[in-house]
Order: sequence, then structure tokens, then C-alpha cells
Amino acid sequence: MSLLEFINRMLGKENTSSKNIAKERLRLVLVHDRASISPQMLNNLKEDLIRVISNYMDIDESCMEVNLSQDDREVALVASIPITRMKRDYSVRS
Amino acid sequence: MGEVIVVTSGKGGVGKTTTTANLGTGLATAGQKVVLVDTDIGLRNLDVVMGLENRIVYDIVDVTSGNCRLRQALIKDKRFENLYLLPAAQTKDKTAVSPEQMKVLSEELRNDFDYAIIDCPAGIEQGFKNAVAGADRAVVVTTPEMSAVRDADRIIGLLEASELSNPRLIINRIRPLMVKHGDMMDMADILDILAIELLGVVPEDESIIVSTNKGEPAVLDRGSKAGEAYRRITRRIRGEQVALMNLDIPDGLMSKFKKLLGLH
Repeated sequence: MSLLEFINRMLGKENTSSKNIAKERLRLVLVHDRASISPQMLNNLKEDLIRVISNYMDIDESCMEVNLSQDDREVALVASIPITRMKRDYSVRS
Repeated sequence: MGEVIVVTSGKGGVGKTTTTANLGTGLATAGQKVVLVDTDIGLRNLDVVMGLENRIVYDIVDVTSGNCRLRQALIKDKRFENLYLLPAAQTKDKTAVSPEQMKVLSEELRNDFDYAIIDCPAGIEQGFKNAVAGADRAVVVTTPEMSAVRDADRIIGLLEASELSNPRLIINRIRPLMVKHGDMMDMADILDILAIELLGVVPEDESIIVSTNKGEPAVLDRGSKAGEAYRRITRRIRGEQVALMNLDIPDGLMSKFKKLLGLH
């Protein structure tokens, strides 16, 4: 424990406590662990996305990519969905 | 009709065998007819924790492969008439038993006992699949460390996938002083992450090592804190509402002073 950490702790500032570091790291690891348990889930998500987006535009399903990406601070859902044509009748339906 | 409860964790060394021994012994002190089943084939230890290592003749593989009858392999406990151990085989490996054989064995145990407590090996392979195959419910043991909690999360996912939903959690080896200093995750942190029902909390306690040395489960030791925690867990297993053990450390002079200054 550094002197600064020690002083912070004596003052009751808990942000630097190792338990909070553990919790934050665990949270990230588990997002990825839980997602990686079922590739099925990503597939279902992909199908749902196609269904919803198709209401608004035509998309190229064969080139569509949906993945989880992870860096040091966060896990993100990254989708690349090529649009082939916008639907003109959207304004009419709404 | 009895109940088959599997004690599992994913990670090794978090206290599965100790928990199995104490739960089973606790239930036996309450007058229940109990059998402890060691499914850690190749690395058996429940016999040692129970102090019954010198009495083994047949083991679980002898039973499932039809080498002997269940009754011949069961070892009666030294202290309780109504407590038995079915030991694991030491010289075979996990594939010597199949999940189907475990289902058949569990059915037989359910007919003969009030409770069968199954000690699951570490890992998520065949040994785990065997241990959970015939179980009615599951107890997941973890410690307040990242690696143990992560593995517990994986195990909970696998249990739910294998129709053993609603597993209950034991948080073992909590060190109240480290929790107080913010250097160990507390009960609320872990429950928040794993989102399952709590069965109990057990403090880190040197008396566990002493009781393992002697082959006498801590639940029988009136002076042991971990033993007290296991006595409460035993009552909860039987459906009683029992308050959690208070693991808080009273405020010291420094924190009273900080409160006075409004720093907390």
C-alpha cells in the first residue's frame, strides 16, 4: 500500500480499495464469460436484429457481422450491417 | 423419499469437501439418516476429513460397476449411527463412472436415506457431470476471491443448463477484518455479481485445519466459529429460517473518531 493509498483510506475514501478493483474486473470478465457460454445467443440476437432493421431498410444479411469486442475498460456489442436500400414507405406507415 | 444435494464450486480448494462433511454431520446430529458420497475419483479426501480413511473396503466404482452391493461399500461413521460414507475410488479415473450410473445410484440412496450429500470434484468435465447427474438440488461454494467467484458463475450457468436451477450459495473463508478494510469483497458484492440465493456465510477459521487434522468435522466443535456457521447452514437446508452469522467487527477508536469528524 502506498502512502497516498494509506492516507486516502484513513480518510475513509474507498475508491482505491482493492475490493473495488476486483469487483470492476470481475464484472467485465463475467460479461465476456457469460456471453461466450452460448454462441447460440449471438445468433438469436442477430436474427432479432435483422427482423427489426428490415422494417426500416433492406440489409445485406450475408455480409452482416455481430460480435462482442472487449478492451481494458468495457465490453461492447459491435455490429456491422451493410444497407442495400432504404425503404421509402416508412413515413407512410408511421 | 430422501433428497440428493450436490456440493460444487468449479474451482478447487474453496471448501467443497469441508462443506460436505460439515453439512452431512450437522444433518446427522439433527437425527437425519445421511450418506456422504465422494465423487472425486482418483483424488478422494472426504474419508480423511471424516476420519474414516482406515475403514475403506469397497468404493463407489465397485458399487456402480456391480462389484459389490451398496450396503457393503457404505462405511458407518465413528460418532453417529445414522451417518454413512460412500468413498471414491483412488486408483481409477473419473470415466470409471457414468452420469447414467450416478442417476441409478442416486435413486437407490434417495430410497434409503433422508439426505445424500454429494461431494463434487473441481472442474467442469466428466467428474462434475457425474456428480450433478442424479442430484435434486445444488449448493455452490465460493470464496471472496475473483477466481473462485468467476468459476462459481460458470458453474451456476452449467447447473441451470442441466435442469438444476435455483442453486444456493455458500460464501466460505470470509475474513471480516479484510472486508472492513475494503480489501475483500463482502457478501453483498458477491451476491450482486452472482445473483443467486444465499445459503450461508462461513468465516475463515483456523479451527477447520485443526478439525481436519483430527478427522472431526468442525460442526461438532461448540467453540468453532466456522462450526457455528455450518450449524446454521444445516438448519437452513432443513427449511428453517435462521439469521446469518454476524461477521462484523465492532468499530475501533479510529473509525469512531472519523465518524465524529464526519469523514465516514
